[in-house]
Amino acid sequence: MKTLKYIFAILIISASFLSCSTDNDDEPTPMNPVAGLIKIYEFSEADHTVEIYSEKQVLEVGYNELSIRILDKASNNYISNAEPTWMPMMHMESMSHSGPHSMLRNTENETVYKGHIVFQMAENDTEYWEVALNYNFNGEPMSMAQRVSVVQPVDGFRKTQVFTGADEVRYIMAFVNPKDPQVAINDFQAVLYKMENMMTFPVVENYKVTVDPRMPSMGNHTSPNNEDMVYNAATKMYNGKLSFTMTGYWKINLKLLNASGEVLKGEDITDDNPASSLYFELEF
Amino acid sequence: MKSFIWVSPKLGIPMVCLLVAVLFTAFVSELHGQEVAADSLKLINLNEVVVISAGKQLDHQKQHKPMSSLDEFLESSRSINMVKRGAYAWEPTMNDMGSERLAVTIDGMQIFGACTDKMDPITSYVDVSNLSEAQIGSGQQGSAFGNTIGGGINLKLDKSNFKPTGWTGSLESSYESNNSMRAFGGELNYSDEKFYINTDVIYRKADNYSAGGDREVLYSQFEKYNFSINTAYKLAEDKSVSATLIYDEARDVGYPALTMDVSLARAIIGSVSYNQDTLFGSLTNWESKLYFNTIEHVMDDTTRPGVPIHMDMPGWSDTYGFYSQANFTRERNRFFFKVDGYFNKSIAEMTMYPANSSEALMFMLTWPNVHTTDFGFYAEDNISFSKSSLKLSTRLSYHSNTVADDFGLNSLKIFHPEMDRTNTRFLKSFSAQYHQMMNDFHLNGGISYGERAPSVSEGYGFYLFNSFDNHDYIGDPDLKTESSAEVNLSISYEKPIFEITAEANYFRVFNYIIGTVNPLVSPMAIGADGVKVYENLDYAQLFNTSLLGRYAISNAFKLSGRISYHRGVDNDDENLPLISPVSYQGSLDFYKNQYSASLSVNGAGKQVNYNPAYGETKTASYATLSASFGKRFFLNNDSLFVKTGIENILDTYYSSYTDWKNIPRMGRNIYLTISYSIK
Repeated sequence: MKTLKYIFAILIISASFLSCSTDNDDEPTPMNPVAGLIKIYEFSEADHTVEIYSEKQVLEVGYNELSIRILDKASNNYISNAEPTWMPMMHMESMSHSGPHSMLRNTENETVYKGHIVFQMAENDTEYWEVALNYNFNGEPMSMAQRVSVVQPVDGFRKTQVFTGADEVRYIMAFVNPKDPQVAINDFQAVLYKMENMMTFPVVENYKVTVDPRMPSMGNHTSPNNEDMVYNAATKMYNGKLSFTMTGYWKINLKLLNASGEVLKGEDITDDNPASSLYFELEF
Repeated sequence: MKSFIWVSPKLGIPMVCLLVAVLFTAFVSELHGQEVAADSLKLINLNEVVVISAGKQLDHQKQHKPMSSLDEFLESSRSINMVKRGAYAWEPTMNDMGSERLAVTIDGMQIFGACTDKMDPITSYVDVSNLSEAQIGSGQQGSAFGNTIGGGINLKLDKSNFKPTGWTGSLESSYESNNSMRAFGGELNYSDEKFYINTDVIYRKADNYSAGGDREVLYSQFEKYNFSINTAYKLAEDKSVSATLIYDEARDVGYPALTMDVSLARAIIGSVSYNQDTLFGSLTNWESKLYFNTIEHVMDDTTRPGVPIHMDMPGWSDTYGFYSQANFTRERNRFFFKVDGYFNKSIAEMTMYPANSSEALMFMLTWPNVHTTDFGFYAEDNISFSKSSLKLSTRLSYHSNTVADDFGLNSLKIFHPEMDRTNTRFLKSFSAQYHQMMNDFHLNGGISYGERAPSVSEGYGFYLFNSFDNHDYIGDPDLKTESSAEVNLSISYEKPIFEITAEANYFRVFNYIIGTVNPLVSPMAIGADGVKVYENLDYAQLFNTSLLGRYAISNAFKLSGRISYHRGVDNDDENLPLISPVSYQGSLDFYKNQYSASLSVNGAGKQVNYNPAYGETKTASYATLSASFGKRFFLNNDSLFVKTGIENILDTYYSSYTDWKNIPRMGRNIYLTISYSIK
């Protein structure tokens, strides 16, 4: 196997030498900034097009990472001075409300704007989500609203919690990572927002989330060397460690503590209490 | 290969030192030597040889119970005790040390069991039909077979060795009443001065056995068969090539002391060798062997009712190896040199099936595809003086473990985030053994030092459940090398009709590897009490002593007996697990005119020094009584041998310290063996 690897490596190296010598004057092709993402919506105006990308084919209840870029049809280039802002809106029968969302920011590639939205609920026959987008194009402020489809997670696992804490505040916590869990120590990431009113969902800072992953199908055992999630001001998210000792269904029991260490939601796991009321689920 | 070459400069220096030392000793002894009768002394190569030789000689008067399992043969050895998890696949221990601390080889070949729970000691992959003898070396006397602390056992295959016997064959059959064990065996051999071929086959099937008082021990059944062929051809008067193949398969093996049984345990063991009488003029008996073996072991609990969760635990162990060895005699020095090496791959996995079948399977690697590479050099010098002899020996090895599977590496990193994928060690062993004869007294004494690397389970095991102490075990890849300093002494007084031997040894084992409770980690197995992680204790001490006697009452009647005492403690003076209490054995044997008979008693005192932290309880004392009777008949050229016996005559209900979770031993058992040998 090793020898094969070496032979393969040598082949590649010699191939690259060959290609260098033949295609010397070629410009390196730029990396596609939306590689691996799926274009889920496109909104076309006379002189430009708005494209919305996601990692998933459909938007789901919970944390959704979205990328947006705007094509100038005249130059056939994506613009980098759009300064977009957005606002998700749930149109219910009797009222409307927004949901937690980040700002849209430029990524490494200036033409791609990235952010996330946490949808608290799924659409139904009479109620739906809409994302309102404001941006500049050629110096002109523009706005559009795109109706989006939001469904319950296809795997049926709970990755979002909307709850009222012991402090009578309404919180929204959503699972971000690991997207591809491994039998290993995984980086654990979640977002925590509180609901100030129907339209305002600020990030909750400097709280703490304790972590206790369990396997209910295997005697509800836990795993070692997990790390509680703490707030990271740079990402505005909560980061911790999550260890999985085997594949299968894991229930990640959580407890939310405020800055002074008071428990706002969730319980410890004991022989009498197999699960916390605050949890995420996953299976791999 | 690469890393070995890289490390060889390091290897070189001690090796050169050793050679200088050995040659210097040789030179000195040559200078001071008087006339030496070369055969005046038996060399003290091995502590003990257990004769097994199943068919070829029909030497059954020496065997209380022919066609018994290899396990029973080994148990009859005075140096070996067998840890039992059921009626099958017992684990040999020597000087109160188990598999990890012993070097067990089959005809010099390294083989490693594929079971994470030690349900397949490699002695379970051969049978008495394959073997001529078990060579046993205590402590570093066993280092010729590999790196060891407690000792080495080599199971020597039975071969015709170009004896001009022509076609020979035999058929054997035996039955045991207690568990309806049926065994059938046969062998067919051809041998002349240029060529020989030996084939044998054996089949055993047993139902559950009953402990004393007719109490059935559930899940103690087993079924196995073994087939072997070995053949050799003389290329020239002094050159020959030979090849060996053993196929062993056991199915439906119950382990009453464990929570799981085995649906399949299979080994394929093969080798080719080249033998030459001389090499470079002065080396003799040059033998080189290439070998491979592959083991598949499948634990299964589908036949157990009421398991909290069904699981499969298969394991695989493949080994490729070689050795090349030769003798060299110069004056009073008899040297033996050996270079050997092997590469082993050990993988084991566990899949648990959730009650809700729509849930994903729970999967883990319990042995993360560990690749072990080992290269060793062994040398010994037997120096004969007029009334004494000295044996010096050494083994130097390069030993490396690599976790080849990323899934497994990441799993282990949950516990050991800083661990490296590869761990390399240099292992050393030195020993000096002296024998002095004074009239009828023989004095044997030795000192030695040896090292061993952690086993795959100790280094890389991942949630291995131990049903004895009810803990999950986790390996530690960063364990220190375990080493041992050992002294041994034996004095015997020998007369033709009377012999008595007192012997003792003491091991001080540094960095003794054992599982210790980590209270911060919670167990995985349902119902387990906690998690133990393998650690190095500062040291542990083991002491073994025994007194043996033999007395020939007449030509026909012989009396023999043995009593032994063992002690093992860690650095806090806490008892180590699986240490024998006082045990004794006595037998009266009769042999005359092809009639043989024996009456024997086996027993042990109360296990006073036990340790509840390892699941041990105070095992009560016991004694059992057994008898056998045999007769050999000659029919023309052929011979028929019939042997019958009764074990545990009083149907005592008992268990010994070696019985895993104190499962009771077999009650009264009557056996009958019939062997027919054709010349």
